[in-house]
Amino acid sequence: MAKPKLAVYWAASCGGCDIAILDIEEKILAVADFFDLALWPCVADFKYQDVAALDDGAITLTLFNGAIRNDENFTIAELLRRKSVVLCAFGSCASDGCIPGLANFCDRQSIFDYVYSKSPSVDNPNKIVPQPHTKVPEGELYIPAMWDTVWTLPQVVDVDYTIPGCPPQSDQIATVIEAVIDILKNGKPLPPKGTVLGATDKSCCDECPRTRDIKKITKFIRPYEIIPDPDLCLLEQGIVCVGPATRSGCGAKCVQAGVPCRGCYGRPINVRDQGAKMISAIASVIDSTDPDEIDRIIAMIADPAGTFYRFTLADSFLRRAQV
Amino acid sequence: MSFEPKILGILCNWCSYTGADLAGTARMKYPANMRSVRVMCSGRVDPGFILNALRSGADGVLICGCHPGDCHYVEGNYKCMRRVPLTKKLLEQMGIDSRRLRLEWVSASEGARFQSVVTEFTEQIRTLGPLELRDMKFDLNKPDRYSLMAEPGHAAHTY
Repeated sequence: MAKPKLAVYWAASCGGCDIAILDIEEKILAVADFFDLALWPCVADFKYQDVAALDDGAITLTLFNGAIRNDENFTIAELLRRKSVVLCAFGSCASDGCIPGLANFCDRQSIFDYVYSKSPSVDNPNKIVPQPHTKVPEGELYIPAMWDTVWTLPQVVDVDYTIPGCPPQSDQIATVIEAVIDILKNGKPLPPKGTVLGATDKSCCDECPRTRDIKKITKFIRPYEIIPDPDLCLLEQGIVCVGPATRSGCGAKCVQAGVPCRGCYGRPINVRDQGAKMISAIASVIDSTDPDEIDRIIAMIADPAGTFYRFTLADSFLRRAQV
Repeated sequence: MSFEPKILGILCNWCSYTGADLAGTARMKYPANMRSVRVMCSGRVDPGFILNALRSGADGVLICGCHPGDCHYVEGNYKCMRRVPLTKKLLEQMGIDSRRLRLEWVSASEGARFQSVVTEFTEQIRTLGPLELRDMKFDLNKPDRYSLMAEPGHAAHTY
């Protein structure tokens, strides 16, 4: 009997998700044993044409990481949707937009202006910028055209499941993959569509071992300004920690290392907008009832939108800045 | 046709909604642009409500609660007092004029104040004009969304 097919694809992403999959260590052998690879650009050379030649639904499972920000990302997202029985938004970029999604604070033109001319380390006197089409002696070359807005995978195609995280933690990936193999081997039913896999239903604070006292804050500080107390809640120490507005499942690794949660597991269950939830959380801990003092305390948060939406701007209510 | 602002009013049950009622029973006139929603407390207003309203077509959001010190739940309005400036800062970063969001204290006896607040806010939104947000829905046919699939002869054409 032919093995079920697995595809892993990267769109606008850093490659960290692919590495996280390989980090499941010897369990990767079970994956290789059980699946045939249909596409995995990070580990081997595959051609899009070969995927296109498959029957629709020929791929059993696709783990799609990366956001959608150019026409190649979108074309392959659509192709893999057609060819896959189960399409899984894998990692924060695919499900929430993640760091690439922060490009939604500006547009293509301003990104190009900075990257190809204004950045202090750039020397580009002839103002050369990438063009979709280039004529070379061998013919015409094409590179995918970048869009103004970064989109999440569920915004452009129908997605079955989500695995959050930047990247998803390897132990969680291993659990999910073992469950998938078990389901396929033993003909068990799939979880309901839309289920978030590899994470739990609580907030990051729930997994955090730090002690929470009574949160009363009169001053916010940047993490480099202090050596944080190893046992006390970071938010109580005045460090903006997005844990209260973040889904758990990571094991609260960052906070245990003294680094505030940045929110990579995305919004928790029943929360639609991570930034809005974080505003509520911050507002609850500010210890003042005087509007002027409140303004002064809030002014210490340098970049609320960038901090609260670091991983979910493309997935938020407002989705992008109006520029 | 002239622009008629759509405004979402979120009014606290104990003071501001009663104040609005008073304005109504006293037949004080104010613009009909505001659609009011009653909540139990201004502290119930999740910033997500504000962002969702602006995304869904509201041109402005007005939140009214009890005066500081008068909250039925002791300190709910202080929560709102701290949320709104942070939300305004976020709106500015998102390129939306923060004057589209306003927090006002209106007590149950201040029908006249409710009338003037709503009138003035409606005029302000009228001056700011309609809020038009770009890219709220994915559309492949937008000018910047050049598609490989539309390229005749390109290899991707066959995908």
